Amino acid sequence: MNQKLWSFLVPVLSVVVALIIASFVILMIGKNPITAYAALIRGALGSKMAIASTIVKTTPLILTGLAVGFGFRAGLFNIGAEGQMIVGAMVATAFAINVGWMPAVLAIPLTMLVGMVAGAAYASIAGFLKAKTGAHEVVTTIMLNWIADYLSSYVVTVPMGVGFGTPKSPEIASSAKLPPLMVVQATELTSGIIVAVLAAILMKILLDKTSKGYELKAAGFNPYAAEYGGIKLADNIVLAMAISGALAGLAGTLEVMGVHHRFLGTLSGGKGFDGISIALIGQNNPIGIIFAALLMGALRNGSNEMQFVGVPKHIIMIVQAIIIFLVAADRIVRAIFLRKKVAK
Amino acid sequence: MRLFLALIDIFTNPAFYKLTLTAATPLIFASLGGVFSETTGVVNIALEGIMLMGAFVSVVFTWLTGNAWIGVFFAVLVGLGMAWLHAWASITWRGNQIVSGTALILLAQGVTGFLMEPIFGRPGQTDIVGKIAEVKIPFLMKNRFLAQSIGELSPMIYVAFASVFVAWFVIYKTKLGLRMRAVGENPEAADTLGVNVYAVRYFGVLMSGVMASLGGAFLSVGEVGNFRELMSGGRGFIALAAMILGNWNPVGAMWASLLFGFSEAFANQLQSSPLLRVASTTKPLFNMFPFIVTLIVIAGFIGKTRPPAADGVPYEK
Repeated sequence: MNQKLWSFLVPVLSVVVALIIASFVILMIGKNPITAYAALIRGALGSKMAIASTIVKTTPLILTGLAVGFGFRAGLFNIGAEGQMIVGAMVATAFAINVGWMPAVLAIPLTMLVGMVAGAAYASIAGFLKAKTGAHEVVTTIMLNWIADYLSSYVVTVPMGVGFGTPKSPEIASSAKLPPLMVVQATELTSGIIVAVLAAILMKILLDKTSKGYELKAAGFNPYAAEYGGIKLADNIVLAMAISGALAGLAGTLEVMGVHHRFLGTLSGGKGFDGISIALIGQNNPIGIIFAALLMGALRNGSNEMQFVGVPKHIIMIVQAIIIFLVAADRIVRAIFLRKKVAK
Repeated sequence: MRLFLALIDIFTNPAFYKLTLTAATPLIFASLGGVFSETTGVVNIALEGIMLMGAFVSVVFTWLTGNAWIGVFFAVLVGLGMAWLHAWASITWRGNQIVSGTALILLAQGVTGFLMEPIFGRPGQTDIVGKIAEVKIPFLMKNRFLAQSIGELSPMIYVAFASVFVAWFVIYKTKLGLRMRAVGENPEAADTLGVNVYAVRYFGVLMSGVMASLGGAFLSVGEVGNFRELMSGGRGFIALAAMILGNWNPVGAMWASLLFGFSEAFANQLQSSPLLRVASTTKPLFNMFPFIVTLIVIAGFIGKTRPPAADGVPYEK
């Protein structure tokens, strides 16, 4: 079977296998998987509002998927999209609260830029440490995730906090809010989705059509050969990490500008980690990532409905785990579906 | 000045040293797991997930049987199962070890969260199910300071330190250990000499499952007696940092774990110090401390220690 078709089939088959295994898990707690999956589909696509809400949930996931996927292409495992998303959203909010005097045409792009720079700067800590000392980005970005988490829960209660109940920042200036594409009942379909799709297209152009993109891919594919060919590895590591962080920062920023209109401590809620599954399902291809994010957004959105029929929404994490596991060891998928030992 | 007094107060308080040991113990277990696995050349970032699962399973079986040791036993069994999955994907099927590890972390978070409601009737955290009783060492109880610091400890803390010795002995003083190191440094050469590379790597990864699940079980039934969602809280990764700082050596990993345990206990004591009266809203800043320490240590020491040469590289015959 040719390689291209196969790289498309592995994620699709992994999703199928994961859903089958998960249905046994649902059976195990005495629930009917058919009812559960029906609720899942109803919750994700069952009405105009459900579809709008799925798209809203997909928007940040495209960006965190791109963030992780971009890292993978450059040979880096950015497991810190979660933290970069938080820092991007937090800094962008601090900026956007104070831009009431600016017209929207300035305030919107500037807020996005600020969020991206903040995410990039935060990710660069890990990039810089890897380039300078060789510290593995998996360990450093996880540490940075926890630091961002605690930092944000401080910032959102003390310096930025307003009101009672859930810790939250004040609302951002209305000139920095993204105009909704349309309003379906109470759900505002954010125009952030356009930004996210544009980001995917830009990333595809950067990776496939520019020499810098070629350098980054070469450094990821075979660092020794790339270095021998005159590519500066250290610079590329920092740059790749920064771009990856900028995408994650943008994910958080769009959540603030288009959905919540303020910073909340719970805003990331695992979306950075979802980026890992999305990048793997999308095989690190920007266009594939859009579809993978849509799948994950639908699963996330539909899982709320599943909760009503008595299936905890954590089942989605189990599904994701199985997908990632199978994509990691794609030879397993080949063996299951080709019914013969493929070069075991 | 008040800070200075608070520091003196913390360092002269015997409870602080007990807290350090308590905070270090899960890290010691898990970092030994990392040492076992990576010595044979398999990176296992699933430690975090195995710990979480160990914490959960031990609480479930303690709740079912009323005996926390039975809980620990089942935690180890499930830890072995998870480690076997990692070994299966990354050794037998030569998958990407870091991606497989990530999948297992997610699996643990999913499974523990998923089962909370069906088993305990509510999400978030379980009831207190009982924990392993602390053991008094009579001759240490005579001195007040010793009594309150190391006189009365969880037996699992002794198990952790004994494991350090056992791990060191196995890896550096036995034939099996020699094979483990050979497989981690140069699997081709080891293979040529008739060592079963896959079997030795399976052993390393399975041992990491045993160790990490013990660390997780300590967090729940060893320390607090219940399970909270995501209670491993990044300790699996701090343990990996301890392994690196300890130069992939069990004794080094133990010292590094003690350092990280110390920083966790220190941050804890500082924020609850009656002299400083830290506002509850400022406390998150103190919780950052152990992670910042880990980050700095990793960045400062990494070039000075050396991983096994074939660490993270799948072996193809």
